[in-house]
Amino acid sequence: MTDGSLTRTERTASALYRLLLAFAATAAVAFASMPLASAGGAAPAAPEASATAKPGVVTIPIILARERIDRLPPLSLLDQRPADDGLGGAKLAIDDNNTTGRFMKQAFVLDVVENADPAALIAAVTAKVSAGAGFVVADVAPDTLLKLADALAGKPAVIFNAGAPDDRLREEDCRANVKHSAPSRSMLSDALAQYMAVKRWRRWYLIVGERPEDKLYAEAMRRSAKRFGMKIVEEREFKYEVGSRRADGGFEQIQQQIPSFLQNAAEHDVVVVSDEAEVFGDYFPYRTWEPRPVIGTAGLYATSWHPAVELWGGTQFQNRFKRLNNRNMTALDYDVWTAVRSVGEAATRKRSGDPLTLISYMLTPEFEIAAFKGRKLTYRDWNGQLRQPLLVTTAKLHVTVSPQPEFLHQYSELDTLGIDKPETKCTAYKK
Amino acid sequence: MRQTKNVGIFAALLAGLAMMAAAATPAAAYKVFVSNEKENTVSVIDSETLAVVHTIKTGARPRGITLTKDTKWLLVCTSDDNRIEVFDSKTYEHVKNLPSGPDPELFAFHPSGNPLYIANEDDNLVTVVDIHSDKILVEIPVGVEPEGMGMSPDGKVLVNTSETTNMAHFINTETNEIFDNVLVDTRPRVAEFTADGSQVWVSSEIGGTVTVLEAATRKQLAKIKFEIQGITPDAIQPVGVRMTKDGKWAFVALGPSNRVAIVDAKTFEVVKYVLVGQRVWQLALTPDDKLLFTTNGTSNDVTVIDVNRQRAVKSIKVGRYPWGVVAAPF
Repeated sequence: MTDGSLTRTERTASALYRLLLAFAATAAVAFASMPLASAGGAAPAAPEASATAKPGVVTIPIILARERIDRLPPLSLLDQRPADDGLGGAKLAIDDNNTTGRFMKQAFVLDVVENADPAALIAAVTAKVSAGAGFVVADVAPDTLLKLADALAGKPAVIFNAGAPDDRLREEDCRANVKHSAPSRSMLSDALAQYMAVKRWRRWYLIVGERPEDKLYAEAMRRSAKRFGMKIVEEREFKYEVGSRRADGGFEQIQQQIPSFLQNAAEHDVVVVSDEAEVFGDYFPYRTWEPRPVIGTAGLYATSWHPAVELWGGTQFQNRFKRLNNRNMTALDYDVWTAVRSVGEAATRKRSGDPLTLISYMLTPEFEIAAFKGRKLTYRDWNGQLRQPLLVTTAKLHVTVSPQPEFLHQYSELDTLGIDKPETKCTAYKK
Repeated sequence: MRQTKNVGIFAALLAGLAMMAAAATPAAAYKVFVSNEKENTVSVIDSETLAVVHTIKTGARPRGITLTKDTKWLLVCTSDDNRIEVFDSKTYEHVKNLPSGPDPELFAFHPSGNPLYIANEDDNLVTVVDIHSDKILVEIPVGVEPEGMGMSPDGKVLVNTSETTNMAHFINTETNEIFDNVLVDTRPRVAEFTADGSQVWVSSEIGGTVTVLEAATRKQLAKIKFEIQGITPDAIQPVGVRMTKDGKWAFVALGPSNRVAIVDAKTFEVVKYVLVGQRVWQLALTPDDKLLFTTNGTSNDVTVIDVNRQRAVKSIKVGRYPWGVVAAPF
């Protein structure tokens, strides 16, 4: 029996039983050279070693494609981006996959491809895919992602987008060979908006930065406002020209400029800041003209992960990460971890390293992963987006987790976050 | 709050019944020990008065809790202190600490009373410790985040579950080696043998199921699913599993659905869901199998279920985040 021969209807309890039998048979053959441990006819598992060299061990390469993108320094020293942001998550997931792989005769190998030039990055990844690699986790700019997806179209490979929140990648520009472990902007903005609805903080004063991604984030917030009955009562564009926290006297400048920029606005409950590059947003809390909370990309924000999370068994997860990488786990690390673990989970369940087998399995409703979110996570079958609860948090500690219990859904409450099936513009997944 | 009130009414009603019953058949009084994860204490409950009679101060993050075979010692996994703390079970005095390997979470004794098998959640190991010489005998590598520890009644097989690997590892206790790995649903938390040793029940927290395996063949006999009206399936997260010694009933703690399922252990059918406190995880039966104690992590209390009546009879406030529970035969 091969894994690929299973149809959906066969994947039932009895099928699982047959799979277990198949595994027992495989294991018996694989461990035949080991001394028998007990009368039961079973043998001890092989110890961990350089798995690639071992006979019978399936090697599953996973590529991490990192595009080096120039970024401005953050306002706060605490927000300095680690050089191995994302890579730390990949390393942990590979370790986690291999601990399980030891029992499955599967060895996961991380192959990092890094470049500042998108064309060179795509060429390097394409060469590796042509050589047999089937899984690519991408932390790249949106346009690079699309070009990479098109370069790999028709090949037995799947890309996990772990870095780009852009809704268009899941919607009008969606690709059948791309999954998204990173939450979309609309999921992040819905997570915040749901909590605002629960708090009845309905009147929003929206401040938008100058950069294109700030406009996209603002667009997501406008959509969420409409969706959850909020009202944007005032909107202003913030052109970054104030002094710097770092410069002597910088804070005095900021203290003057932020309130004067915000004054004479319509009555509002919250100030919503759209500043994805984080070049001015953190200047807003405690400096507003009216005493109002700040939400958005600064103040209270939504994210897939936070280094203070201890919910849902998160403590062990955070500890493992810190031991391995000597730093806190970021949201990008988490999104990469989830992508790499998706491959591991599929490989375990299908007992296979074959990209096509695993890719088709990941598209079925049977596929689910546990990712320290207190419930199973699955991929939306209409655009490849990972469903997940999102943290609504301050820089220090989470305030709540969305979706909020007040928002119900006919299929999954997690689909109250982001663009839902009836409104999707993605056609690539339609057969 | 509504739930507490209901329990209160039940308790009031049943207190009367209990007094009448007590006159007929003298109820045995036991001590029940509950570890409070975020308070660094163990609450001691008297099973007759259903009141906390003592609080033991422990090290950091007490979780797994058990008694030695001779019942003289109470053992507590103090996970953040990376050790097992040993207390005198009658005087509650600290006796000594045992090495445990990092982040001990749950453990199981060999039926002979020694050694102790400890799941090291943070280190993908099962550590075997001699409780008299205080020495680590061996470390057994298992899957990611080992937690559940089930010992066969004959002491020959230890079953460990690993939460992120999603397997039940069958370990030969003579060789201390894994001889079989069985994939189960996601995030397996607890493994429990039936009293006759023929079956192992494995709960899967995120998968939402309990898998019943035949111990000899490791074949799946049944997969128990749970359905509670008005509760989203994602909130039904099986963790603790306990069975009565007569093999009739199994109890499954269902986490944030705030219910304990009562399962007919012969037919694997769920017969009833009992409403308890919030995020119920671990369970313990009194030695006479008459009362079941549940640890309700986020409501900081313990619910007492009358096994014969299949009803919650009382909620007892303990410390912050009650986690583990064990009942002593005295």
